[in-house]
Amino acid sequence: MKGLVTRGLAVASSVAMIAVLAACSSTPDTPADEPYVAPQGVTDTEIIFGTHQPLTGPASGGYSKISPATKAYFDYVNANGGVYGRKITYKIMDDTYNPATTQTVVRQLVQQDKVFAILNGLGTPTHTGVLDFLKESDIPDLFVASGATTWNQPSKYPGTFAVQPDYTTEGKVIGNYVKTNLAGKKVCHFGQDDDFGRDALAGLEKGLGAKVTAAEKYVTSNTNVAPQMSALKDAGCEVVVTATIPGFTSLAIGRSAGIGFTPQWIASGVGGDYNTVSTPLGAAGKTLMEGFLTTGYLPAATNADDPWVKLFTKINTDYNSGATFDGNIVYGMSVGYLTVQALLAAGKNLTVEGLEKAIQDGGAKFKGPGIVPFAYSATSHAGYAGVRMSKVTNGVQAYFGSALTTDAADAPVKEYTEAPAVPPTNGIPTA
Amino acid sequence: MSTTEQAHNDQAGPPAPPPSTLLGGPTSTAPAGGPAGVLGSTLLRNLLVTVVCVAVMMGLTTVLGPFQNFQLAYVLAYLSALIGLNVLIGLNGQLSLGHGAIMAVGGYSMGFTQNAMVDAGYVDNRAFALWWTVVVSLTVGVLAAIVAGLLIGLAAARLRGPYLAGVTLAVAVLVPGITTAFDVFNGDQGIRVSVPRRPPALAKVLGPSFTNEQWQAWVALFAVGLVGLLMANLIRSRYGRMFKAVRDDEVAAQLSGINVARTQITAFVVSSATAGLAGGVFVFLVKNSQPGFFSLTLSLYLVLALVLGGLGSIAGAIWGALFLVAVPYLTAQLSRGLHVPPDLELRLSGNLPLAIFGLALILVTIIAPGGIQALVRRIWAWLYGLVRRPAG
Repeated sequence: MKGLVTRGLAVASSVAMIAVLAACSSTPDTPADEPYVAPQGVTDTEIIFGTHQPLTGPASGGYSKISPATKAYFDYVNANGGVYGRKITYKIMDDTYNPATTQTVVRQLVQQDKVFAILNGLGTPTHTGVLDFLKESDIPDLFVASGATTWNQPSKYPGTFAVQPDYTTEGKVIGNYVKTNLAGKKVCHFGQDDDFGRDALAGLEKGLGAKVTAAEKYVTSNTNVAPQMSALKDAGCEVVVTATIPGFTSLAIGRSAGIGFTPQWIASGVGGDYNTVSTPLGAAGKTLMEGFLTTGYLPAATNADDPWVKLFTKINTDYNSGATFDGNIVYGMSVGYLTVQALLAAGKNLTVEGLEKAIQDGGAKFKGPGIVPFAYSATSHAGYAGVRMSKVTNGVQAYFGSALTTDAADAPVKEYTEAPAVPPTNGIPTA
Repeated sequence: MSTTEQAHNDQAGPPAPPPSTLLGGPTSTAPAGGPAGVLGSTLLRNLLVTVVCVAVMMGLTTVLGPFQNFQLAYVLAYLSALIGLNVLIGLNGQLSLGHGAIMAVGGYSMGFTQNAMVDAGYVDNRAFALWWTVVVSLTVGVLAAIVAGLLIGLAAARLRGPYLAGVTLAVAVLVPGITTAFDVFNGDQGIRVSVPRRPPALAKVLGPSFTNEQWQAWVALFAVGLVGLLMANLIRSRYGRMFKAVRDDEVAAQLSGINVARTQITAFVVSSATAGLAGGVFVFLVKNSQPGFFSLTLSLYLVLALVLGGLGSIAGAIWGALFLVAVPYLTAQLSRGLHVPPDLELRLSGNLPLAIFGLALILVTIIAPGGIQALVRRIWAWLYGLVRRPAG
């Protein structure tokens, strides 16, 4: 009796499963046969971009100001008619710099909010996790806010474009500078334990032409950097090159000062904005950061005479409720400017392929706030092709020397002498 | 041990749920008690309910959009871990603050196994035809979690109350620490895991509307179906009654011939196995294994979700899993929809869910000490009373 019942139930449940399976299949969608089909997130009046940003969490210091600045630039463009009559909507999602959260928010942006592209997604560990998803979904992945060399793989990730100089390129320039100007000093490295730190160290050693004396690492989930600083002190480091996010640049400088360790600091540009790094250090910030070296590729936020800084300051006042003006604002607005340039180059009939082709073919000629050229081509999705060294003197961060270009491979470090571009009068690029 | 259902009566803690809510979802209306005949067999009844639930949910995935399916898969993965943790906390009375770490053990083991199979050529990187590799790697993840659970369980059986909480808390802190200390785990960035996409054969049968997210939800659904079925049976078995006997009074249990230490270790191993499966399913969903996901916060969230949902029942675990996914999502929607000044939105986003979790915990503790499920039962009983009164 019981065996019969069991068998009966097994059959019944199998039938139920098959019924559900059958219900799952429905008729396929037929594509419309029209000359121009607007992709997801694009209408005649709107283009939707999405981004994942650390608005809160360990990397929020400074970085949380980037996406509002980009949005402010878009609002400015929208107020002046938009791009080909389309207004730009920018959806910003907080991922707290936690890669697991990035997975969820990017899916939400792509699958629920139906964005046209992910723009300026921030962070090496965070963005690495969504590369494959974006590729599978055929969503452009524009101007990743990170300098990892990962973004520059056109054959593997045709839709992904970098914007920042990659950390290896930057590291080579720094290494080259140290070799020439701080010869004979013991050089050490302090980096994030991911592709950011690894790429930067590789570049530094390429530029130096030698191994560093000591290399220490940190993870963002652990804010105690005292052991690493002690190790660098014990190794007798005289120059410490860092690949750190701003919060950890502050921590490293602060902790070291606490144990009487004051080497020459040279920070990667992503963790080198004076205002962002010195604020957490409090009153001691100005003293501790005297002589602090870093790199940049955009106009210095402190240079009030620069026409780009003038333009961005005005937009910041009008559209960003006058947030404290610093390197993050310049960066965010520059990304907005570049995006508008790319959209204009892609033409009125905006498509995924059209946009990618426009950046590949014409991106190297885009003239904007950058003080070095872009490296975009069919075989390169790298962003800015170099950096310029900058130094803090009496609490003012300013460039010195000339802008330098190179690549992540073995190209030599060269001076770039072309004069920087001047912004158009209305502050909006033209096609 | 007797095989009657009388062992369900509890003397301590919140009242045990009636048998029907042990299995069914919050809307289950299955008749209470154990009627004779076909439904008299616990295994058959649980099998039937599981199959119906899984079938209904599979149907539901065809209606949902890809993002909702992804969220559903998240809920289901949390549910696998919560059902097992409920067996440990609700049924056996042992507290674990380290289940997030056990999920990490399952997740990383699953990831390494899956990648090893890809490297060995068992999975074609482009076609991903061999979906069964997921079953293998998930199984390895479960086995690894069982080993981890056994080790922690051996220590746990000697410890009580705050000491047990302390040891499991140490595990929760230690495991993410290990993943950032050794290069093989690749630090905060974690390891990328190549998992097969939806099986082409299935996609051919079901057509283009069968999305990859739907397939992901199905995998999570099968996992949770398996966990639910096994746990529902376990709860009603000799082991379930032994777990409860040890929870209620260790001395009395010992006098009845129950080996207390062995029972406690068994409960730890069982709940670790489900946590390991949940960790593996998460890695399958996000195609990455990263310490940021398996942080101390996750371990605490799991316990929090159970307290909010209701300790001791599968329905309580369902409420908890829904809560864990819905609250961050809804608060993000809310803070985006409110049009607050950008400055304030910066502060709200990310922090608001934490505040809501805290507030909910306070409210539930005051209003419904037995969790949401206890509240639902009270409302249900009240409605039932309303219907009955005119008739009687």
